[in-house]
Amino acid sequence: MDNTTATQTPASLPRIGSPAPQFEAVTTHGVLKLEDFKGSWLVLFSHPADFTPVCTTEFMGFAQIHPKLREMNVELMGLSIDSVYSHIAWVRNIGEKLGQKITFPVIADLNKEVATLYGMLMPGESKTETSRCVFIIDDKQIIRAMIYYPLSTGRNMDEILRLIQALQTTDKYGVACPANWRPGDKVIIPPPKTQEMAEERMKEKGIERADWYFSKKDLK
Amino acid sequence: MACVNADGTITATAKALLKSLERPLNPEEISGRLGVPLFRVRSSLREMVEAGLVVSQGEKYLASEEGKKKAAAA
Repeated sequence: MDNTTATQTPASLPRIGSPAPQFEAVTTHGVLKLEDFKGSWLVLFSHPADFTPVCTTEFMGFAQIHPKLREMNVELMGLSIDSVYSHIAWVRNIGEKLGQKITFPVIADLNKEVATLYGMLMPGESKTETSRCVFIIDDKQIIRAMIYYPLSTGRNMDEILRLIQALQTTDKYGVACPANWRPGDKVIIPPPKTQEMAEERMKEKGIERADWYFSKKDLK
Repeated sequence: MACVNADGTITATAKALLKSLERPLNPEEISGRLGVPLFRVRSSLREMVEAGLVVSQGEKYLASEEGKKKAAAA
């Protein structure tokens, strides 16, 4: 039997609802610890490499939504397996050549420590470049959502914003958000958990009810 | 370090932070005063405590004598 295969254990990956793995990393804004972000939400995202075109469009996109994210108490932090000097040169280049100031820190994960901790490497795709991963971490440092995109396709900033808006709405009002929900749309009232609650739901006024388990309402 | 250069001089952010610490403040108060994100305040304070430019007093921070000198010289 091949011992190497027998003892190999799969890398532990973050899970929705679990505490975000803690780390300390060199970034373009100095040495940062994940715990430095406590009290704010954080979008931790990886990109394959500096000075590549799709990543450049994504960095510009992230920088463009950064002010809106800040209004929502959300910070941003990028990551790739590049040096801090490469990151500095690239963000300066984006500012000079494309006119977009990059306002968020970028982790220089040369030893792949954070990438491994968060499962950002997809060996079937590349062993040296992180895939396009997004981890939404809440203000208590719990992983709330994860998005994985392949190397070839840039992410949708609008969807990242929408997802955080939906999560924060869920937390604030104790509701759920239906498919294609947008702020201002009706939200889902969680289904009743008992027969008595189901009967009460059927008599409830002021809600849009399709059946006992499926009702929507406006947020006041 | 993000706040202290290799030659011992300090960055503009570090100078502003040290000047705000003439009286004890907590990281949230510093963040609000300087308009700097809380995560950057926390990491800067950690570096400046290590460099001896800031001292912690429970949950609050204060510029050390060395920190005050650096801020005045910068």
